[in-house]
Amino acid sequence: MRSLDDLLADVPLFEGLAPGRLSLLAGCAHNVHFEAGEQLFRKGDQADTFYVVRHGGVALETFVPAGGSIVIETLGAEEVVGWSWLFPPYRWHFDGRALDTVRATAFDAACLRRKCDDDPALGYELMGRFAQVVIDRLQSTRLRLLDIYGRGDDR
Amino acid sequence: MATIAEEPRLGALTPLPARVADRIRETGDTWTLELEVEAGAAPVIAPGQFMMVYAFGIGEVPISVSGPPNRPGPVVLTVRDVGAVSGAICRSEPGAVLGLRGPFGNAWPVDEAAGGDVVVVAGGIGLAPLRPVVLRAIERRNDYGSVSLLYGARTPDDLLYPVEREAWRDEIAVEVTVDAAGGDWTGRVGVVPKLVDAAEFRPETTTAFVCGPEIMMHFTVEALLARGVPAERIMLSMERDMRCGVGLCGHCQLGPTLICRDGPVYSFADLAPWLEVREL
Repeated sequence: MRSLDDLLADVPLFEGLAPGRLSLLAGCAHNVHFEAGEQLFRKGDQADTFYVVRHGGVALETFVPAGGSIVIETLGAEEVVGWSWLFPPYRWHFDGRALDTVRATAFDAACLRRKCDDDPALGYELMGRFAQVVIDRLQSTRLRLLDIYGRGDDR
Repeated sequence: MATIAEEPRLGALTPLPARVADRIRETGDTWTLELEVEAGAAPVIAPGQFMMVYAFGIGEVPISVSGPPNRPGPVVLTVRDVGAVSGAICRSEPGAVLGLRGPFGNAWPVDEAAGGDVVVVAGGIGLAPLRPVVLRAIERRNDYGSVSLLYGARTPDDLLYPVEREAWRDEIAVEVTVDAAGGDWTGRVGVVPKLVDAAEFRPETTTAFVCGPEIMMHFTVEALLARGVPAERIMLSMERDMRCGVGLCGHCQLGPTLICRDGPVYSFADLAPWLEVREL
């Protein structure tokens, strides 16, 4: 069985991190498993964890009164689920639901924040990588806002 | 790439009557029609070619052929109702007569992609012109390495060919995403270019076939280039403002090329200098 350090080395988010830093991150991580339909987290709950999906898909959802749940985005293998743990008040902004069997690595946010406080260079490194994740999601959201499949015309 | 100075095809301006043999509702605003040409042999249409379709008394629009390629038979068109002409075509019941001119334009280089991997990236109604590519790749499945269809639409209700698409999974990888969905949707939600990042193919041997709104194609090309697919083997179908279909009217001019005559299929390498020119 592969160690957590080895698993993390293959995650794009952590690509190129020094082995020592990977071990630091692995010290805050453990593997988790969710069945299809199971909630990973709910909006408003304490965001004390983030996940890197290894297998399966996770739907980020929001509840619209009288409209039911709407899927905001789905995330799959090697993608990061959650950045609410980075900023106060550390509350989830959306619901997270397993679309199928999900295997993921869960990171203890408090543990990670503590290590980042102790080692600002690690914190800077991680923050830069999460900023890239946030930018990618923002770009995807902008593209969807364009409603590119909207009605055209005959010309 | 040919230039606009070349002689237009003047003999192809008269529509031929074609009878609607079948009409299938694909989505709330999109229909697939099978048209049988009333006189003469049924046209043999290469994948990627288009027909000018005339709703008599209303107008004429270019429609890409979505049926099986390279064989005589009914002309199969998948049409989205977005205006007076396309709406009239969509409402044409079996037995109705429409006018057809064509086939026009060049073809997707599907056979030329043999020996390598194939990635088909479609957005919205863009799957219709790419359906012949998928059918051809499945027909000659052993000639290719991996074959993937990456398909995006606005909502689950806007996805084309649902039954057939499921059957394609027996032969090729099919990944689908939508921009928005309710809680009962168990598929992906997100943009099509993101599917490129996760798709399995060998970039150095891959030919990509891309069709959809231009903004979708722009970001898809970026994702394909980032994966290492050569610009010469990223093929795009441009569907800008084609009117006459024979290189006569000039409406579809893009830089030195007329899309209806020289396209609609181009490699990104050929198109790149013109796509960023704002006045075009």
